[in-house]
Amino acid sequence: MEFIHALLEYTFLQKALLTSVMVGIICGVIGCFIILRGMALMGDAISHAVLPGVAISYMLGINFFFGAVLTGVLTAVGIGYVSQNSRIKNDAAIGIIFTAFFAIGIILISLVKSSTDLYHILFGNVLAVRSSDMWITLVIGIIILAAVYAFYKELLVSSFDPTMSAAYGLPNRLIHYFLMTLLTMVTVASLQTVGVILVVAMLITPAATAYLLTNRLSVMIFMSAAFGAISAIFGLFLSLIYNVASGAAIVLVSTFLFALAFIFSPKQGVLFRTIRARKAKSVLQDKSLS
Amino acid sequence: MTYAMSVQNLFVSYHGEEALHDINFTIEKGKLVGIIGPNGAGKSTLLKSLLELIPKDQGTVEVFGKSINEMRKKIAYVPQRSDMDWTFPISVIDTVLLGTYPGLGVFRRPNKKHREWSYHCLEKVGMEKFSQRQIGELSGGQQQRVFLARALAQKADLFCLDEPFVGIDITSEETIVRILKELRDEGKSVFVVHHDLSKANTYFDELILLNKELIDVGPVSEVFRPEIMMKAYESQLTFMKQNEVTV
Ligand SMILES: Nc1ncnc2c1ncn2[C@@H]1O[C@H](COP(=O)(O)OP(=O)(O)O)[C@@H](O)[C@H]1O
Ligand SMILES: [Mg+2]
Repeated sequence: MEFIHALLEYTFLQKALLTSVMVGIICGVIGCFIILRGMALMGDAISHAVLPGVAISYMLGINFFFGAVLTGVLTAVGIGYVSQNSRIKNDAAIGIIFTAFFAIGIILISLVKSSTDLYHILFGNVLAVRSSDMWITLVIGIIILAAVYAFYKELLVSSFDPTMSAAYGLPNRLIHYFLMTLLTMVTVASLQTVGVILVVAMLITPAATAYLLTNRLSVMIFMSAAFGAISAIFGLFLSLIYNVASGAAIVLVSTFLFALAFIFSPKQGVLFRTIRARKAKSVLQDKSLS
Repeated sequence: MTYAMSVQNLFVSYHGEEALHDINFTIEKGKLVGIIGPNGAGKSTLLKSLLELIPKDQGTVEVFGKSINEMRKKIAYVPQRSDMDWTFPISVIDTVLLGTYPGLGVFRRPNKKHREWSYHCLEKVGMEKFSQRQIGELSGGQQQRVFLARALAQKADLFCLDEPFVGIDITSEETIVRILKELRDEGKSVFVVHHDLSKANTYFDELILLNKELIDVGPVSEVFRPEIMMKAYESQLTFMKQNEVTV
């Protein structure tokens, strides 16, 4: 009740809530493609790699969105270049490139800003969301949802069967970089809500939860977005009540949802699997006894 | 005349390691063609380089007298079953529906007509009862039939299948062979990678016998002879002989 009161009263809370719900939704949507393509590590990498972009934007006095997207995309290209042009495998290439970008980011930020700013970028500070940030998040959200809607077919087939999509002439590599660009934008939008370090949780956990509950990609995307939004609302609520970091609270709510699905999912859950296995066993035993 | 497939001086390598050496052949339209050879002979590599899914070092490939890029939408490719992600959240009918994508272009979506056509293709392979299953919840043979249905849904002129008979039941194998022969009889061209010699002579019209180099190509009656087959499977045979000596 108090939460709702506070919500009605304080606009900073409204902005925080709206922004985190939007972030939950777009992370959930993009996250589905990230986990189905086995790119969870890539999500982690890009989210860290936006750090120097944020610092550079700050130095130049421009909106941090532009710098962040630039370094995010540069990282994706760098990783692709290293793994395609050497024997270094993709996961190692990711490890090399993103840590370098992250380190540059830390140095730049420690040069120009106080450590509290670094703290906020790393861990988020949703209560400090300004109107302009909220609008940027909304615009990013609309772009992401429109892009996924428009290219749903192509994203589906190139994620499921890249050989087929290449065989009929889809530009797989372009699609990959397109997705990386969307991923970077999502990361940037999430900076203030959950921060660089925990973005990857918002990308992966709601999507993985949905993955355990459905066998259809379209349904998975909607569920994942819903889980992202629910996590954002409850996380924010908990962070206000107990006065803990909002990003961490949001992430833990999504982890809790995942745990529920992991245990109780009718098809994939541990509980029903065990029950089914037991049943199958006892049927066999009954047969061998009779 | 225009050939279904015409290949000249094809060389392919992986990281400097040669996988295919100077392949040349032409295949007429309307044939059911087996690409055979021992494991690691480069059969999958040949199929993928024909479709330009992997880069070639040298050579030209023409399909129905045109470059691959002009013909892509008319070519259906069925990958090796081991290359697929069977946990992907997609149902059987939606998998078949993917076959209609090449004909749709970027922004158009499949409609009711495309769904009905996909269902019809599922019926052809006898899998319509499973249309709502997730694709991982099928046997190997059933999965292969679903992918054949997807190829049918594409209304292609050229069909390329990589090892469709590996690890599948006999009913599925018979269904697939029957459909491939029907396609051939309709005038379509069908290329099938196959490493098991046992039924090669009854399944195919023409054989491409491969072991890094092209050993022989031609009608089954000419190629499927012990002295020629020996050449391709030679290394395996000498290996067996050596083992006999040492045992
Ligand atoms: N992606 C790859 N990278 C490196 N070498 C490969 C790759 N794919 C195949 N090869 C090698 O090329 C040769 C031919 O492989 P392949 O075409 O898969 O044979 P087949 O399908 O006849 O069993 C083999 O020696 C294999 O090890
Ligand atoms: Mg092979």
